[in-house]
Amino acid sequence: MSEIITLAHGSGGTQMKRLIDELLTSTYGNDLLLTGDDAAVLELSELSDPGARLAFTTDSYVVTPHFFPGGNIGQLAIFGTVNDLATSGARPLYLSLGFILEEGFALSTLEQLATDIAAAALHAGVQIVTGDTKVVERGKGDGIYINCSGVGVIAPGRVLSGHNCKPGDAILLSGTLGDHGITIVSTREGLSFEAPIQSDAAPLSELVQAVIDAAPHARCFRDPTRGGLASTLNELARQSGTCMLVDESAVPVKDAVRGASDMLGYDLYHLANEGKMVAIVPAEEADRALEAMRRSPHGYGEDAAIIGRVVALDEPNLPRSTLTQAFVQTALGTLRVMDELNGEQLPRIC
Amino acid sequence: MDTAFLNKFKDPALSRGLVDRIKALSQQLEATPGNKTLNLMEVCGTHTVAIAKSGLRSVLPKNIKLISGPGCPVCVTANNDIDRIIAATRLPQVTVTTFGDMIRVPGSSTSLQERRAEGASVEVVYSPLDALNKALENPEQQIIFIGVGFETTTPLVAATVKRAQAAGIENFSVLTAHKRVTPALDALARDSDIALDGLILPGHVSTIIGSRPYRFLADCYGIPSVIAGFEPVDLLLAITQLLEQIVSQKSSVEIAYGRAVHEEGNEQACAVIDEVFTPAQATWRGLGAIPDSAHVLKDEYARFDALRRFDLQNLTEPTVEPRGCRCGDVLKGIMAPSECSLFGTACTPAHPVGPCMVSGEGSCAAYYKYQIEV
Repeated sequence: MSEIITLAHGSGGTQMKRLIDELLTSTYGNDLLLTGDDAAVLELSELSDPGARLAFTTDSYVVTPHFFPGGNIGQLAIFGTVNDLATSGARPLYLSLGFILEEGFALSTLEQLATDIAAAALHAGVQIVTGDTKVVERGKGDGIYINCSGVGVIAPGRVLSGHNCKPGDAILLSGTLGDHGITIVSTREGLSFEAPIQSDAAPLSELVQAVIDAAPHARCFRDPTRGGLASTLNELARQSGTCMLVDESAVPVKDAVRGASDMLGYDLYHLANEGKMVAIVPAEEADRALEAMRRSPHGYGEDAAIIGRVVALDEPNLPRSTLTQAFVQTALGTLRVMDELNGEQLPRIC
Repeated sequence: MDTAFLNKFKDPALSRGLVDRIKALSQQLEATPGNKTLNLMEVCGTHTVAIAKSGLRSVLPKNIKLISGPGCPVCVTANNDIDRIIAATRLPQVTVTTFGDMIRVPGSSTSLQERRAEGASVEVVYSPLDALNKALENPEQQIIFIGVGFETTTPLVAATVKRAQAAGIENFSVLTAHKRVTPALDALARDSDIALDGLILPGHVSTIIGSRPYRFLADCYGIPSVIAGFEPVDLLLAITQLLEQIVSQKSSVEIAYGRAVHEEGNEQACAVIDEVFTPAQATWRGLGAIPDSAHVLKDEYARFDALRRFDLQNLTEPTVEPRGCRCGDVLKGIMAPSECSLFGTACTPAHPVGPCMVSGEGSCAAYYKYQIEV
């Protein structure tokens, strides 16, 4: 095989078959994928339980650089899709994987990604059961784009939705904010900081499951990816007709991330995360939920904290005639709006 | 980066102590005959954001009003200059490189961001040296760097131009709209429309120019002035020192940001500015033409001056000022952003009319983002 992707690899002919067989399916294949049929045929026995439901999600991954401290685009695709399923309370089961490769992309890089994808799927407990590979001409892609869809099954009786948040509920965050966002910016722009920062990319379905077991009335889960915590909390406020009040001093942030973010003029609440979960749970279940997060496998929740609470629109602390939105209680004891990211996040001049 | 040391400047207990001191001083001032609301102006965009973000206004006594001045370099850039910057994207075989802030700023009919979407070559860089490297890597392409900013960024651009000259690089130039802070402060101090009781002077610029160039503010105009840092404790300390000056009826230029700013500034950075740039008249949005308030390239460096190298005049569209936009008055501190009739309705960060709503450091964007009402 040649050492780079050529248009022939997407032609449907022998080169494409060799690429798929020798490099992709041989790395992350399984019985379902290896049947070689056009559609994966799945037996979902869990779905036969009355009240069990199917969760289905899709996401596309276009991040550059393709490799960054703490992860890469392939692993991110698996974990990102798994986490989207996890927020619904589903047990993630099967994924599809679609590659759009640019002519000239190094096969060795694709091989490395395939190996990491296989490890990520194994770690997250999911199988890749169908896929697609296309090649676009040089200059028409950014090396590699990945689309990943996934299905999972939600146990009967489990209803998680942003509409469920009620005044008094606790807001939990599973760990430090902004690690992924700052890692990507600093890698992309060649900025280096004294303390190493790495992406937090991680699969969180076990963490969500642990919280649900400890806090059976958990209202909802969200992974604060693009747009950061600010988008997540403002969206939840709008959905449930409440306000979200975050105590700034309770939000876990690594010193290096805070420093880098201050220096670049970024808002911590706008930074993307790839291994963090926000949970809204009733106040009386908050401590148990926190404990469950902190003890969940692989240490993904070890820095978890209760960072605030859901409040009613007429909460006395809030400005009068406020909208359903998120607020931050600053270290000075003052209140400010946690605004949503507008446009691209841009570094400032000085 | 010693984060434990830096965190001290966010310390709530230290902040509360300073707030108490400020309250005591303001009560003393209220008790004096002819007392009035005190207008303290910050002239740095990063201060505007830091004040809004920390919610400082709501802990200050009612008779202390913080107003925002012309401190955002993007905001003070006149429309005509922005149109000229956009015109550079219409040159053949040219890549326009810029700091991120400029990309969304609307000119008379378009912005760098829109031009990029239309296919023009526009790239965001973090340093002028990145632009110079692009010039080295792409010898067939002309790389123009947009030089916007106060004395904080000017030394970087000056050093880059010197490096380009030393290396004999032919395809690199700078389109300058650099501003100098002190002539603008002089214009503000002279302006009878603006009553200033104290100035919170910019921390970043002062790391370069030091405190001496501001002395005229106290000596000629009797305006209490304090150079401030960017954390809540820094800002509260600066406000405390301003009130102390007002109470004692003595004006001076003080430094409340000693960990970064020294009286003499950064002499090396000033020297490189003086070597490459020379003062000239600039037009500021809101403040109009101010003598000596620009930094333009000296004749020895003319070949790195995009304005002299390319004919941008024919590519620049006629300048149209946005209707109803009061950015000029906001930049002078005559009106608060929320007093503009377009604020929050016709003009929002998603659909900005004027630059003060575009830049992350613009007063309008800060007031909108943190929902500050005046």
